[in-house]
Amino acid sequence: MKRPKVKKWTEPKTIKDYPMGSTCDSDHLTSINAGWRTFRPVINYDKCVNCLRCFLVCPDGVIDKSGEKLEIDYDYCKGCGVCEYECRPRAIDMVKEEK
Amino acid sequence: MGKKLFISGNDAVAEGVRLAKPHVISAYPITPQTIAVERLSEMVEDGSLRAEYMHVESEHSALACAMGVSSVGARAFTATSSQGLLYMAECLPYASGARMPIVMMNANRALATPWNIYGDQMDSMFLINSGWIQVYVEDAQEALDMMIQAYKIAEHEEVMTPMMVNLDGFVLTHTYELVEIPEQNKVDEFLPPINMTKQKMDVDNPKSLCISAGNDFNMEFKIKQEMDMKNSVTVIEGVDKEFGDKFGRYYNGMLEEYRCEDAQVILITTGSVTGTSRIVVDALREEGKKVGLLKLRYLRPFPAEGISDTVKNAKVVGVIDKNISFGFEGTIFTNVNSALITLEKTPKTINFIGGLGGRDITKKNIDEMFESLLKEASGEKQERIQYMNVRCMG
Amino acid sequence: MNQKLNARTITNKELFYGHKACGGCGEALAVRLAMKVLGERTFASLPAGCMSAVSFIYPNMAFTSNAIITPFASTGAVAAGVAAGLKALGIEDTHSVGFAGDGGTADIGLQALSGAIDRNDDIIYFCNDNEAYMNTGIQKSGLTPYGTRTTTSPAGENLPGSITMKKNMFEIVAAHGIAYAATASIGYLEDFMKKVQKAKDIKGTSYIHVFAPCPTGWGHESNIAVSLAKQAVDCGLWYLAEYENGEFTLNKNPKEFSSVEDYLKVQGRFKHLEDRDIEIIKNHRDTKWKKMRRDWVR
Repeated sequence: MKRPKVKKWTEPKTIKDYPMGSTCDSDHLTSINAGWRTFRPVINYDKCVNCLRCFLVCPDGVIDKSGEKLEIDYDYCKGCGVCEYECRPRAIDMVKEEK
Repeated sequence: MGKKLFISGNDAVAEGVRLAKPHVISAYPITPQTIAVERLSEMVEDGSLRAEYMHVESEHSALACAMGVSSVGARAFTATSSQGLLYMAECLPYASGARMPIVMMNANRALATPWNIYGDQMDSMFLINSGWIQVYVEDAQEALDMMIQAYKIAEHEEVMTPMMVNLDGFVLTHTYELVEIPEQNKVDEFLPPINMTKQKMDVDNPKSLCISAGNDFNMEFKIKQEMDMKNSVTVIEGVDKEFGDKFGRYYNGMLEEYRCEDAQVILITTGSVTGTSRIVVDALREEGKKVGLLKLRYLRPFPAEGISDTVKNAKVVGVIDKNISFGFEGTIFTNVNSALITLEKTPKTINFIGGLGGRDITKKNIDEMFESLLKEASGEKQERIQYMNVRCMG
Repeated sequence: MNQKLNARTITNKELFYGHKACGGCGEALAVRLAMKVLGERTFASLPAGCMSAVSFIYPNMAFTSNAIITPFASTGAVAAGVAAGLKALGIEDTHSVGFAGDGGTADIGLQALSGAIDRNDDIIYFCNDNEAYMNTGIQKSGLTPYGTRTTTSPAGENLPGSITMKKNMFEIVAAHGIAYAATASIGYLEDFMKKVQKAKDIKGTSYIHVFAPCPTGWGHESNIAVSLAKQAVDCGLWYLAEYENGEFTLNKNPKEFSSVEDYLKVQGRFKHLEDRDIEIIKNHRDTKWKKMRRDWVR
């Protein structure tokens, strides 16, 4: 999976350790968005024609096209369903998350 | 020794900025700052200043543009006055919170309404809480010298805070004086190229700037800013000393005392009124009166210790304010009183509010101030807040 | 000549990731794909608004490249300053880009944008248009269309919601004689990416006005965000056009419009509209298209 990952981050212990100015390193994820999801998109690879439409339209960019098969980064998928709606061969199912 | 030119305060600012070599100047015209930015545009045109002059469409954009310049680690300059300063007000804490070492000239000018283009300090006092270092200069030479010092202070790795250099509108900006122009090579030795490392956007080390911090982290960012601002006093004093060693002109850092050692009464001034006050002090000393003068150069950081230390043996302290915080008193007076409260024996204090909308503060007015201070010292009760040179009261 | 940009050719690498935008956010999609086209050496300036609010929450940073939040009115000015600073420092092969919302562009940021275009600063300015101030809770902006219910343009017995038409930002920008301007929609993503690439290649100021639905503010299901943006173009309430070398071009000129009613009825913000309001909307559309078809089709 080639998607940015949560970084280990430790809270600054002293004021000196705080950033100079209202600044932070970019590419610095410290929390995931998985908890937002009610439904999770699941790719049915039997139906998937690898058209990459889902990769293109995902507002969160969680569909990785670098591997042989498309992969979904469930750490950051919010379950909006755009991929499922836009999938012409209907190869994505929205499955209710178990709590 | 550099050459000497007979120039105005605005010209001196432009000369100082040219020597400091900013990468980008973004400014919007407003009286009485205009001549400074006109000169700079000419210097860019004739190639004597290799900078980009950006014709922004407002003061708000002037500082926003300077922030963009500073955000990638380049040196930025802007200049404004009065309504213009207030129009860019939103951007001031923005830049200081982001620790962008931008330098700005402000021509101190009255605020509307009633409309008035002449000098008082209502504009910069409005922004005293903006997180910018504020210095007030006395003459054109100090204006030029402070443009060079300002970049060195603002860009110091432990300071990294924007700096506002204040000149009294017209009285300083438009008055001609003989000013020594330092030599470029000496300025280059004194002022190294800007070197931001921690808070700039960088291709090799990408940063997110002007971020948000919620109630969980916000205070710590602000406390750091406050600590660094307070610690900048050491840098300010060091830079002034270094400047003096190099160019032969010392400004005594945060404040400058004049004949205060044994003074019974001390008058606190800022900016151009100091020159007149010095003459009055000399005259009164001739008469054997124990009077002294304390010129505040910086209002932020505020030299609280320096003030209380200087006036601790005086009986009465007067403060000239060319501003009013409506509903209370002059802003510098409030600050000075707060500093003096730390003394075991607090001198009595009197606020002289004057110079609003460019009204003169004459030698005679300053005489009257000292007279009042001396009366108070001898036990004759004086009004705590006095308005100088007014047509009528009541 | 650049390769045609599509799902296959565009990079897999994400430069805008892990943000806290609502599910199905059209604006987030526009920023994500624009960043992919522009690349890692992009310096993004974002004013107050959804995209800055969801991407810079200490210590969680969603941009992988350089980015800065600007004062609300200052996208154009800060981006111009960034470009000037980079140029002065000799940092080449970079792009200074602004991503502002509709209010940040057409209302509070219009002046600074105008200044930047006037100077022809080398920046790319995106207006992510979701037709209201969403970050503050769905208030009317200068780009909110007629008949929209927002929290400051309520629909009731006396008013049909917003009573103004959208400000014509694209032509306002073009009237400056800008180097390049375009309208786009997240319903036509290849077209959008092609325009971003064009803007990237052009020296001077570029402006791209991208139509981007907001499920939260518009009151529609999050999964139809892209499809709704396509429908807006197909029914004629939005259009795809370019302004280049002083000439306008209409990129998509449908023979027949799809149903305006179908577009409106799936959105909560238009639920209250009556036939006469829909007539006003269609008439306004027809007047606009008549002019575009007359002047912008060659």
